[in-house]
Amino acid sequence: MMNRREFCKNAMIMAGGIMIPLTALEVFNPSRLHAEKDGKGKVRWVFLVDLHKCVGCGFCVKACKIENDVDWDANVTRTWVERYVVTKGMPGEEPKTYIDSPKGCRDGFITQKIDQASMGLKDIKPEQISKAFFVPKLCNHCENPPCVQVCPVGATYQTQEGVVLVDRTWCIGCGYCVMGCPYGVRYFHPELHVAEKCTLCYHRLCRGMKTACVDACPFGARRVGNIRDPEDPVTKIITTEQVNVLKEEFGTKPQVFYLGYSMEVK
Amino acid sequence: MKNHVWRPLVIVLAIVGGILIVRTLLVPKDFGIQERGYMYGWHRKSNEAEWKKYPVKYKTAVICRECHKDQYDDIKDSPHHSISCENCHGPNYDHPQNPLGLKIDRSRGLCIRCHAYLPYKDSARANIPGIDPEKHYPQAECVMCHYPHDPRRSNPKYQKSEVKS
Repeated sequence: MMNRREFCKNAMIMAGGIMIPLTALEVFNPSRLHAEKDGKGKVRWVFLVDLHKCVGCGFCVKACKIENDVDWDANVTRTWVERYVVTKGMPGEEPKTYIDSPKGCRDGFITQKIDQASMGLKDIKPEQISKAFFVPKLCNHCENPPCVQVCPVGATYQTQEGVVLVDRTWCIGCGYCVMGCPYGVRYFHPELHVAEKCTLCYHRLCRGMKTACVDACPFGARRVGNIRDPEDPVTKIITTEQVNVLKEEFGTKPQVFYLGYSMEVK
Repeated sequence: MKNHVWRPLVIVLAIVGGILIVRTLLVPKDFGIQERGYMYGWHRKSNEAEWKKYPVKYKTAVICRECHKDQYDDIKDSPHHSISCENCHGPNYDHPQNPLGLKIDRSRGLCIRCHAYLPYKDSARANIPGIDPEKHYPQAECVMCHYPHDPRRSNPKYQKSEVKS
């Protein structure tokens, strides 16, 4: 028969005994130590979108689809442009925001009619429009990417430069990351059935080029830069001007910054 | 200890050992914790190199300029100077080794990406001359009148009378 004193003593020894090997493993894991010691590299890619400059031509979407072999006709895209049309508040009527992005703006916005899915096309008279603008979207390459946290197999990960990538050979297609992303930037590859996302044109950035969407934009609405380089023009804008990020409340620390952000943007 | 205690233990050890052997065979050697730490950097390192190897298709206008200086001079002072060559001429791929990759898009659809009129006064779209694609010579291609490299000029390849009839 065990008394209380003895039970407490044994329980303490047991708990201590279990914890020692676990912590020992943690302390002596060299790759983890290396990761934490040298975790900050010289490069951290960030993206800057100027909403004042975007005209909704969709050249960025076209270039992205061709550059990264994204299926042209399937309803998937790594980057897209949304149109926001805010109507004036009429007597007895609240101001309303209409949002659309037909085919992800692959062919640009060429009509005033706003695609409202099952509600059909909405034609808003020019005199009713309070404001209208275009919002390019892409993967935010978050500092705390929730899509990476939820991956059960280690198929999606973040590189030292902050780019979130997917290992196509390792992805099991469970879709947790597609559900986990608050920005809805992930989708399934129509043929490979693995999770797909914007790679921030990793293959171009490491060759010293810019992303395909940045190079295709005729208006300079999209820019890519290195936030660890204080002389980078993008870094200068982000650190000195009024920029905003999407869905800050999720705590993901998104790294796509928006100039000229409006409160209607979701 | 008695035999009936050892037998299941041996089976359990065999299963655990089997799983460990299969694991070492299946999991790549470079799979593990990388630079971004345990939470975000748990992956196969060689996959980064695989993504880096992805072929570049859009080589940018700087490459075009090296050989096509006359075309660059044609467009450099025009309002269209900021449009990358490859936006209309198609991605470079491995031109000039394989020039078949380039296919010029002369369609109306390309021009009206920017030049379809939208009544958005405060957006940058308002600074671009716009037309109603359904009413502005819907039977014609834009390039039949407008010279794409410099829209202020008319296209010398076409006569205006062809379009209006």
